[in-house]
Amino acid sequence: MTDQGVRRTVDQVPATACDAASDRSREPVPGGADEPANGGAAGRAPGGTGAELAASAPPVSPAALRRAERRAERITAGATELEQRLADLLRGGLITAEQSGPALWEGTAARMVDAQAPGLAHRVRELGALAGAGADAPVRLLEECALLHLLARAWLRRDRLPEPLAATVRSRVGLTASPDGPAIRDDWLVLAQYDTSDSRLTTRRIWLHGTASGRTALLLSYGPAGRAPDLTLPAGLALDAELTPYPGAGQPRMVLTERFAPPAATTVRPPGTTTSGALARYGAALRDDPWRESVPVTLERVVPVPDGDGWQLADADEDHALPVGAAARNRPGLWRLVALSGGAPVRVFGECGPRGFTPLAAWGQGPGEAVPLC
Amino acid sequence: MSRTTATVAASLPDHWEELVTTALLGTDRRTPPGVAPGPQAPSALLDAAAAATVRRRAGLRPARPAERLRPAPEDPRPALPPAAARRLASLLADRPGASGGGRRGTAPDLMELLPQWLQAANARGYAAPPQALPALLDAARGRTDLRPAALRFAGPRALWLARLNPDWRFALRAAPGGGPSAPDPRDPQDIRRLWHEGLFAERVTLLTALRSRDAAAARALLEETWATERAEDRLMFLDSLRAGLGPDDEDFLERALTDRSRNVRATAAELLSALPASALAARMAVRAAACVAVDRRRDVPAIVVEAPHECDAAMERDGVVAKAPTGRGERSWWLGQLVEAAPLGTWPARLGGRTPQEIVALPVGDGWQGELHAAWCRAAVRQRDAEWSRALLGEPSAPEAGGPGAVSLAERARLLAALGPGERAAWVAGFIETHGLSEAFQLLGVCAVPWAPPLGRAVVDALNIARDAGSYPWSFSGVMGLAERCLDPSEASRLDALLAVPDEPEDAAPGAGGYWSEAFQRLVTTLRLRGAMLAELAAEEPAP
Repeated sequence: MTDQGVRRTVDQVPATACDAASDRSREPVPGGADEPANGGAAGRAPGGTGAELAASAPPVSPAALRRAERRAERITAGATELEQRLADLLRGGLITAEQSGPALWEGTAARMVDAQAPGLAHRVRELGALAGAGADAPVRLLEECALLHLLARAWLRRDRLPEPLAATVRSRVGLTASPDGPAIRDDWLVLAQYDTSDSRLTTRRIWLHGTASGRTALLLSYGPAGRAPDLTLPAGLALDAELTPYPGAGQPRMVLTERFAPPAATTVRPPGTTTSGALARYGAALRDDPWRESVPVTLERVVPVPDGDGWQLADADEDHALPVGAAARNRPGLWRLVALSGGAPVRVFGECGPRGFTPLAAWGQGPGEAVPLC
Repeated sequence: MSRTTATVAASLPDHWEELVTTALLGTDRRTPPGVAPGPQAPSALLDAAAAATVRRRAGLRPARPAERLRPAPEDPRPALPPAAARRLASLLADRPGASGGGRRGTAPDLMELLPQWLQAANARGYAAPPQALPALLDAARGRTDLRPAALRFAGPRALWLARLNPDWRFALRAAPGGGPSAPDPRDPQDIRRLWHEGLFAERVTLLTALRSRDAAAARALLEETWATERAEDRLMFLDSLRAGLGPDDEDFLERALTDRSRNVRATAAELLSALPASALAARMAVRAAACVAVDRRRDVPAIVVEAPHECDAAMERDGVVAKAPTGRGERSWWLGQLVEAAPLGTWPARLGGRTPQEIVALPVGDGWQGELHAAWCRAAVRQRDAEWSRALLGEPSAPEAGGPGAVSLAERARLLAALGPGERAAWVAGFIETHGLSEAFQLLGVCAVPWAPPLGRAVVDALNIARDAGSYPWSFSGVMGLAERCLDPSEASRLDALLAVPDEPEDAAPGAGGYWSEAFQRLVTTLRLRGAMLAELAAEEPAP
């Protein structure tokens, strides 16, 4: 896939502009902390895509090929240096790392930016935020160091990986891929739309449910810090549109390639599962992508239950529960969910991961549109 | 390398804690299980930790559920029409400061429309959408004036919710039966138990609720424990008899006149004086009538006042406060209290069969007019006497009505409350036509919403005149804000002519025309919004 391949996609959907790849001048864009960061990251160098992504693409110019090779070499150098730094860290112990604070990680993150590996840089920066994150900080620090090590390792040996996993590794490291289809036309129910931002960038995530295909899709859209991204879809309505998936095993990211009609009301609700079903789905997703932080899941017949300082979503018909993630605990959306339930079972869509469930939309027992929780 | 990985993988189960400890201390100090010490140790440790992390995540199991909540009670009221539900969400989302900056421009102040919206929704008996309850409770928390209507609309599920969030405790205090173990206040057994065992706040709430339903039962309940209550509690309980006060309460109140606490005695006397047929009112009538008479010896009849010379024990027992505030003469202080507590029906007979109008028109000798008329005003307000209120208000166009005459604006506003809504609106309209808007704010506040057509016209005309006079609109921002909330929405079309930026008169404040146009635009936008809002609530069942 070439530079032009990326541009063509963008040209097709000028109104959405929902990929950082459309802005070549910007810094590398990592995916967010808690979602599959497949793609979403344009290289700083003009040739954002590499030759090794070109397995199924038309022939590329020798110049583009050379650029891609140079970038891969730099990433390899970066990954090797990262491995060295992690080894030094483990030799001296994570206690020392906790004591030296975020500065230690900032330096390493800057080296990864230099190596044009924004995915690695982002993970390293997140590590800095973890230090001092409470009682389970050592556990989380080790988990994240280990997963970072796994990613660097995977990059260094990507030629021995099966192609779908290799594609996942490339996008996790921060190489931009292009959506490569096949396109799916469906009535897409807009489940949730929410923004996260850091000092440079606002990232908008939009979750969609294909009412006929049953597929769950994630659209990402970016804006400069403090400004809302362009793409806005009305939560609770359905959109007759065509989406094109990005490459990478099991990942949900797609791009909106065409709309056929204005959004309309729908009575369709996504089918749900139990809390055990949700965790099983997360576990299965790790087979394709061990770096997955969460999967989109709809829980059916769950009841919000207060649990100490936090909340749980408990199966109405089983003796099981998922904790509500710490970040979602203080959002006003949680109280909307509790009010909607009134102690009775509700259907809840959200992101399910090792640190709990983040509710994003819910449906009460009566008729009615999805109630946004984010 | 791969061999090491394999070795570690084989020894993985249950080694996670050991891996964490090793990672914390460092491989220089400690070697993880199954790993050879040396330069490869950190990498082997990370390999093992990565495998363990993914394994742990893949094998996650659900937790045990905590104790489940008791479900919220059913709300039998019908759901809002969809458009009205969306409107409620937009009203609740408009927080002060959300628009950024002080001046609102032409955008309506949505939060100010919430009270009307709630009133209309309550009048139609709709249930609140459950997902709107948190925002509704937050709004009511910030604005106590919203609470009664907001909590009534929010319904039983809001109380269920409020028990889960300390920020919303106010809802439990404000709502009858909102306590954690609130009994059904309809069951006499539960009522008596709560009355005898409840906390003070619960008891006040109970008494108030019962009083509004069955005045006699509430009084009987209070009499049961009256002798054993603390003085400050007696005062609060007595105060709750104000609602639904009637002749049947007289015996109880008469006994309270001998209470140990002076504040309780004063409150009992005040309540009795609001009952014109009570024995206390009759005693006060005798005392007051002794002080006020018509002097027929003059050419023009006039009122002469002979204020009391002493405050005896019987007067004190009837609630007259003997000690005058600093700066006031004792005798005029006593007179004021006597006239205020005497039934107004006393005066026509006492003063030569004159009507209240004629009495108020009589000259008063020796500079007593201010004191006497002020006391009659207080009596008219307390006894809710429309005829006397009308007489004391006088003609709205009278020159003294606009100035600081015998009757202050605050007293006028209170007197107006005793008149019917139509008469009230007509009086204020007449006042504005003569005196303009600068003194009208307080009077407009007591008029029924939406404003009656003559009043609406008077306000719009006066605003128009103010604009033509060239002053800035924010001199009238109080009245403008009231007009946005209170003008009848159907008046919006009549205002269209005012939206244009007028030619500025030579002596006008610079730029005032533009600001007026903006202010009128906001007025019209707000009126249209209110019209739409009410239409949405009036909508029939939503189309399927």
